[in-house]
Amino acid sequence: MTEHVLAFETFKYNGSMRILVIEDDQQAAGFLIKGLREEGHIVDHAADGEDGLVLAREGVHDVLVVDRMLPKRDGLSVIEALRAEDVSTPVLILSALGEVDDRVTGLRAGGDDYLSKPYAFSELVARVEVLARRSKPEAAQTKLVVGDLELDLLARTCTRAGQDITLQAREFRLLEYLLKHAGQVVTRTMLLENVWDYHFDPQTNVIDVHISRLRSKIDKDFETPLLHTVRGAGYSIREP
Amino acid sequence: MSPNANLLRTSTFRLATAYLLLFVLSVGAILGYIYWNTAVLLERQTDETIRAEIRGLNEQYRFGRITVLAKVVEQRSLRNSERGIYSIFDHTGRRLAGNLQGVPAGVDGTSGWLEFPYEVFDGNSIKQHSGRAFYTRLNGGYLLVVGRDVEERRQFASLIRRSVFIAIGMALVFGLGGGVFMSRNFLRRIDVISDTSKAIMAGGLSERMPVRGTNDEIDRLSGNLNNMLDQIERLMTGMREVSDNVAHDLKTPLTRLKARVEAALRQDTKGAYKEALVETISEADQLLATFNALLSIARTEAGQTSEQMEPLDVSEVAEEIAELYQPLAEDAGGTFEFSGTPGLSVTASRQLLAQAISNLIDNALKYARPGDGEDRTLEIALLVQQVKDKVEVTVADNGPGIPKADRERVLQRFVRLDSSRSEPGSGLGLSLVAGVARLHGGELVFRDGKVGFEACLVLPASA
Repeated sequence: MTEHVLAFETFKYNGSMRILVIEDDQQAAGFLIKGLREEGHIVDHAADGEDGLVLAREGVHDVLVVDRMLPKRDGLSVIEALRAEDVSTPVLILSALGEVDDRVTGLRAGGDDYLSKPYAFSELVARVEVLARRSKPEAAQTKLVVGDLELDLLARTCTRAGQDITLQAREFRLLEYLLKHAGQVVTRTMLLENVWDYHFDPQTNVIDVHISRLRSKIDKDFETPLLHTVRGAGYSIREP
Repeated sequence: MSPNANLLRTSTFRLATAYLLLFVLSVGAILGYIYWNTAVLLERQTDETIRAEIRGLNEQYRFGRITVLAKVVEQRSLRNSERGIYSIFDHTGRRLAGNLQGVPAGVDGTSGWLEFPYEVFDGNSIKQHSGRAFYTRLNGGYLLVVGRDVEERRQFASLIRRSVFIAIGMALVFGLGGGVFMSRNFLRRIDVISDTSKAIMAGGLSERMPVRGTNDEIDRLSGNLNNMLDQIERLMTGMREVSDNVAHDLKTPLTRLKARVEAALRQDTKGAYKEALVETISEADQLLATFNALLSIARTEAGQTSEQMEPLDVSEVAEEIAELYQPLAEDAGGTFEFSGTPGLSVTASRQLLAQAISNLIDNALKYARPGDGEDRTLEIALLVQQVKDKVEVTVADNGPGIPKADRERVLQRFVRLDSSRSEPGSGLGLSLVAGVARLHGGELVFRDGKVGFEACLVLPASA
């Protein structure tokens, strides 16, 4: 079976976002802003916690990217202040600390996702885009559809072009996660975190094997591939 | 600060002084009580007797005449045994009867107490004794004096008083001396400890506190300090080895990276640049992964992780990992079996436990894979079972395993057995597993199993 590999660059998010980056490290902020702008987003920047809070309060951003260690006011307290004021913009926390307990405190403070430095830029973009999508409220879906692939969350069934596909429990969850973020790139780490709830990097790329099994079930016997590998980043399910 | 000032500041000396004060106070109280009971009470008793006698003699005089009284006085004064003083004088001071030579000095008014010196002839010499007496004027101007010789009592009282002072003085001398001696002794031992710690601070990490073997407080303190120093030395040696290994193991990929970039520059084509950059990124990712692994091992080993520890069903955790890895083993042409006793509980971090098991399976996948031309299929089994009060998570494979001689060594960071250098890996996987085992109060054991090699994570079962 051929693998459908797409270059990461070809995978632009269909729509521009307004992102606020609160990061004091000039160089790191510079890379981040340049990269996000190249992705087609509008990026604002604040170099300390106080400025960041003022900008974030306006509530005009789709996603906030907040460093944990900031001058004047640390990242977690910015998020707590925002949440206390009912600003619900999704937040991606960046941290140099990078241990699981830090992740827990970060998420408890009101962050929505957590990425430890150093990170791959593609990983950050993928997570930011997933967060932005999440901020747009949609009715609780009971059926996920991409092309002719349907996943019924209530009946726990999967069909493609009307044909039944039998999935194991974990495969179901994997496909569910991919479909919920259809059109977006999901990274291997995101899959490990969200489908398996593991926050460590296995030495082998275990995810690839699971994706390839899933692919053989949903794509193999059909003409148009839906599940794509995005080179250097991860995977994506999208309509042909 | 002078050594003496130092001495007086020791807690031993302060304690000794406090005890000394308490001791002196109690000695004072005891002797005071004895003094009160003997001298003062005896004196009171004497006074009572004298008063009673005065009353009796007074009565006799009221009913009889002075000559009768004089006779009685004379008789009593001859009863020498009680050392009584009995005398009666007329208004001119002439003695009518009794054993006093004349009217004692200090008689003034009609009645009252007197203490006076008088002479006693004890057979061969005349001695000055003190007497205590009560005098009273009778009708007709007669003066009646009744008393007791209190010389012995006085001497006894002064003896007791002297004893009190001497006792207190001696207690002070010995107490202070003892305090100084003990403090000096204590101080000397403390000085040895502080000298040793200075020597250690100056770089002599192999120095140790002297232990006398008496198991007293200071010995125990020294023992604990020594244990601490052992631990520090072990950690520091470990650190040194690690940094040596880090330097060595990071040099290789960095050199490779540099060579690749230089080659791309020489080629000077867009394709070469792109390829070099892609490879640089993946090399950098490897390096970062290595650093992350090192960091988490360091944190785990130092016990610094604040990973959430909770009671976990080990079988559940292992089964999830099994499910994650089973396809991998199958894709490699092997089999993967899981069997676990459900409900075995250990207090652990789910993330760390899962990572440890996954590292063991990773190793089995890498190193138990049959080589070219080898006629066997890869078999991996993950087993969770209770053995006595331990829960054992065993990853068994049918590969060649780790030679017995190397089983200790592979736990060290960056150690990879030479024959396996071809496989990708950092040499940190087993270090992390061992660290996780230790953090959970367990250990990583290698052994030869029925089929092949077994790596076993032994964890204490929680109640």
